[in-house]
Amino acid sequence: MTVDRPRAFVSRQSLPRLAPYVRLRFDPVRHAWAVLSPERVFWPDAIGLDILQRCDGKTPFSVMVMSLALEYDADGGEIDRDVGAFLQQWADRLLVRL
Amino acid sequence: MTEVPLPPIAMLAELTHRCPLQCPYCSNPLDLLKADREMATECWLDLFQQAADMGVLQVHLSGGEPMLRRDLEQFVSALAHAGVYTNLITSGVGLAGARLEALAGAGLDHVQVSFQGANAETTARIGRHSGAHANKLAAARQARELGLALTINAPIHRHNIAQVPDYIELALSLGAQRLEIANIQYAGWALLNRRHLLPDRASIEHQAATVEEARARLVGVLEIDFVLADHFATYPKPCMGGWGRDAFVIAPDGAVLPCHAAATIPSLRFERFGSRPLADIWRDSPAFEAFRGTNWMLEPCRSCERREFDWGGCRCQALALAGDAAATDPACVRSPLHAAIATLVEEALSTSEGTGGDLIAPYAFRRIASA
Repeated sequence: MTVDRPRAFVSRQSLPRLAPYVRLRFDPVRHAWAVLSPERVFWPDAIGLDILQRCDGKTPFSVMVMSLALEYDADGGEIDRDVGAFLQQWADRLLVRL
Repeated sequence: MTEVPLPPIAMLAELTHRCPLQCPYCSNPLDLLKADREMATECWLDLFQQAADMGVLQVHLSGGEPMLRRDLEQFVSALAHAGVYTNLITSGVGLAGARLEALAGAGLDHVQVSFQGANAETTARIGRHSGAHANKLAAARQARELGLALTINAPIHRHNIAQVPDYIELALSLGAQRLEIANIQYAGWALLNRRHLLPDRASIEHQAATVEEARARLVGVLEIDFVLADHFATYPKPCMGGWGRDAFVIAPDGAVLPCHAAATIPSLRFERFGSRPLADIWRDSPAFEAFRGTNWMLEPCRSCERREFDWGGCRCQALALAGDAAATDPACVRSPLHAAIATLVEEALSTSEGTGGDLIAPYAFRRIASA
């Protein structure tokens, strides 16, 4: 079997970005941000939204963690674990590219 | 129900019933509409705008074969401008080339290509179209090249259930993000051909094991959506996510339906788009109110702890198998008729002239005015 697109894993150098067929948009009817993807709509919470909005393909994971730690005035190690787990989950759903 | 329903998230637009394929399990009604009953371009455009305004976030453009509508690009473009996510649900016949390029340019997000078989021979025999498989492969490859999301849809029944491992290989080789292993639902054409299509329990169990193994192996590579056949389930599926709850269907003539098979329930009357605003139809049309929420439920659904999880299952199946659209879906182990489903499977297996390897069972193939 040939798999030309192996599973991706989060690393410090990862440059996370939304998959080209995933759209993050504000829904004025429900006053909430929605992630639109094949057959599914997700409603990220405030932290999830902050992470997804930083998935621009230019910001390395390590920088993303630093800016979120500052914003949430939280421990870097904890943010590292949480954001890493979040991105891995979204990458495994094929919604975020690493 | 006096509560105001939440706005719908998704809409399935059956743009046409015309189709180059004749699959004997088509989810369209037996009473297929001819082209002259289809809504005009401007009506669809008005409908899409109203849907977006009321909160619809995803539109599934389906049919029949939606590609047979020459105004499809206009629809995709209008939906994309309104911020709506567009899924094209297609046979893939006639899609590859300039047409798919134009659709991608118009803002299409996702293409779902159905494969009647995992190989050309099965695809040709089930859909009754000799060149279909090559067309589908070309369309799927081009979709990936254009950066569109790709789902491979595998409608599963007795004659292709052994091909599930091949379908997984096919989806991987095409670089699809998603594979739907969708055991067909026995309504409409599939109900008519049920005795030739129902698989046996051993095949179903083998299939479940294959899917489970592949899912674990392919995390982060391929998402496999697995829809079990109701006839082998313990609990019913939450049909449409609940009647009039998240989604609705538009028939080619503009009839606004709670589900694609709702017209099989003769007691219901459906409103046609254009008679009044779509949001009003969604809110209080009697066909939507009939089975919305839980107030309509009888026992054992009414006091069941799963009532707001599966929403009573499928109303059309309840009517088809229990003779009452408000009855508990017999797919549910708590239905007094549940045991009869196993008998039905046995009967189907013993009376069909088609066997597992034989693809030329005497189906009633899907055609306009042939049911």
